[in-house]
Amino acid sequence: MRRYIDFYLASMKIAILSQIQYSVANYFYMIGMVTEPVIYLVVWTTIAKQQGGMAGGYTAGAFAAYYIIWTLVRNMNIVFTPYGWEWRIREGQLSMELMRPIHPIHGDVAYFAGWKTVVIFLWLPLAAILSWIFKPDFDIRWMEVIVFSLAIWGAYLIRTILLSLLGMITFWTTRVSAIFDLYFGLELILSGRLVPMTLMPTWVQNLSNYLPFKWTFFFPIEALVGNMTDTQLWSGVGMQVLWITSGTLFLNLIWKSAIKQYSAVGG
Amino acid sequence: MTPTISVSKLSKHYKVPEREGGMKAAVISLFNRKYRTVKAVDDISFSIEPGEVVGFLGPNGAGKTTTLKVLSGLLHPTSGAVNVLGYEPTKRSHDYLRQVALVMGNRNQLSWDLPAIDSFELQRAIYGIPVPEFKKTRDDFIDLLELKDLVNKPIRNLSLGERMKMEIVGALLHRPKVLFLDEPTIGLDVTMQRRIRAFIKEYNQRWGATVLLTSHYMADVEALCKRVIVIHHGRTLFDGELSTLVTQFSSFKTLGVTLPNPEVDLSQYGEVLTRDGARVTLRVAKSKTSQVTANLLSDLQVDDLTVEDTPIDDVIDSVFTLNEEIK
Repeated sequence: MRRYIDFYLASMKIAILSQIQYSVANYFYMIGMVTEPVIYLVVWTTIAKQQGGMAGGYTAGAFAAYYIIWTLVRNMNIVFTPYGWEWRIREGQLSMELMRPIHPIHGDVAYFAGWKTVVIFLWLPLAAILSWIFKPDFDIRWMEVIVFSLAIWGAYLIRTILLSLLGMITFWTTRVSAIFDLYFGLELILSGRLVPMTLMPTWVQNLSNYLPFKWTFFFPIEALVGNMTDTQLWSGVGMQVLWITSGTLFLNLIWKSAIKQYSAVGG
Repeated sequence: MTPTISVSKLSKHYKVPEREGGMKAAVISLFNRKYRTVKAVDDISFSIEPGEVVGFLGPNGAGKTTTLKVLSGLLHPTSGAVNVLGYEPTKRSHDYLRQVALVMGNRNQLSWDLPAIDSFELQRAIYGIPVPEFKKTRDDFIDLLELKDLVNKPIRNLSLGERMKMEIVGALLHRPKVLFLDEPTIGLDVTMQRRIRAFIKEYNQRWGATVLLTSHYMADVEALCKRVIVIHHGRTLFDGELSTLVTQFSSFKTLGVTLPNPEVDLSQYGEVLTRDGARVTLRVAKSKTSQVTANLLSDLQVDDLTVEDTPIDDVIDSVFTLNEEIK
C-alpha cells in the first residue's frame, strides 16, 4: 500500500510539473471548453425567460449555477480516452508500461489526478468570471460541499473505468472509433452533460438510473447546486462506490483476457 | 547451475488477415476473410546461464524481438515453455517485473517535457527502490555515462544519443538481474554506440546481470557477446561462441595488399573485393591463405600485407544465405 501511495504521489507530481510547463496552453484549453456550457446556458436561460422565468423547474440562476459547476465536472471527467488506448497500443507505448511492476491503469489514474489538481486551481478564476456574467443562484450547505468534493473524484474514477473498458477493445482490434463515437453519443444524453437529467423524458431518467453515466456528471453537479437531502447525497456517493467496485472487478476480468490478446503490434 | 533463462520448444504464431489488392478483393474479403498463419518464432530452444551476455542475431522479421517480448512477459507463446529467473514471464508477476528490464532502442519511457532527474524519481516510486540505494545507483550511472550536465534539461532538448543514455539509466535504476536489449544503439553515432556498449559491459560485470541483446550493429555483438544465437524465419540456425560461428561459416580470409604499382592485376591470387589506389583487398579461401600470401610476396614487390578474418557482418550474411540456399 505504501508503495502505491508513493507511486501516486510521484506520478501526480510528474503530471503537475508537466502541466505547469504548458500552463498557458492549459488555460486556453479550459477557456475553449467553456464554449459548450455557455451555449447550453444561453439557450436554456432564454427558454426559461420566455416561459415566465422558469423551465423544467430551473430558473435562469439555477441554470447558470448548473452550467458553471458543469465546467469543473466536465474537466474532472476528462480521463485517458479509448483513442489514447488505440494510440498507445499502435505506437507500442503500452509495451513499456506493461514492463513496470504496476498496472498501467494506476499510471493513468495517478497522472490524470495530478492534472486535475492543476485544473481545479485554473478553474477558480474562470468560475468567478462566469458567475459575474451569468449571476448563478447558489444556495450551498456544508454537507453538499463535502459530498461534491468526494463525488467529483468518484465521477473521475467511474469515467476512468468506463473509458478504460472501452479502450481495451483495442486489444482485439485497433480501429474502433465508431464504437467510441456511439458510446459518447449515449453518454451525452444519459449523463446530464447536454441538459440536466430532470429535463429529460421520464423514461430516459428511469433508464439513466440503471446506467453509470449520470453518476459521473449529473449527480456531482446536483449534489452541489440541487436540493438533495443528506440521505440522497450519501446514497448517490454509495451508488458511485457501487459502480467503482463493480467496474473495477469487471475491468480486472476483461484485463486478464485482454492481456492474452496483446500482440505488441507497435513495438 | 540453474540457467537464468530457459526456453524450450518456444513457438509464437500469428493469424493475419490476407487479401489481394483492389476493390473487388476488398469487397470479397468482407464476406470471406482469409487468414494466413505467420510463424514469428518456430520451435526454438536455448538456455542462458547467470551473468552471460548473449547476442541474438537475425535479419528483420527473424523473430528476435518476438522472442524478447515473450521472455519479458509481453506476449503469450503459442506453445513451448519459458522460464526466466524461476518465473513464468506470461504471469507477469510484479516480483518478476521488478527483476528484469526491456530496453528498446526506438521506445521512450521518460517524460518528454521534464528533465530526466524528475522521471528517475518516478522510476524509483514504480519499483519501490529505497531512497539511499536509488540515489547511489542514479549518481553512479550518471557518472558512468557522463550525464551530469544533462539530467536537468528537459528530455525533448536532448540529442538522440543523450536521450538513449537517459532511457538506459531510467530502465536500469532498479538494477535488474536480466536485461533484454532490443537494438539499444540504433541510430546512434559511433562514439555514442561505444559509450553505451561500455556501460552495458560495466553493468554486466558489476552486477552480474544476464543480458540478451539484439543488434544489427555487429560492433555491439563483437564488443559484448562471447556467445550468439542466430535465428532466421523463427528457427535457430546457430547457437554457440562467436568465434566458432566465424570458423564454421567463414571459409575465407581477407588480404589487404599495398603495392607500389597500382596497375598490377591480382585476380589470379583471389577475388578482388576493392581497389583503393595502391591498396587492394582480396578474398581468399582460408585453406589457401598461406600459399597465396607466399606467392604474393615472392612474385611482386609488396609495400604492406595484412591478413584478416572475414568481417562478422559478412559471416552472419553467409549464415543466412546458406540457410536460404538449403531451403
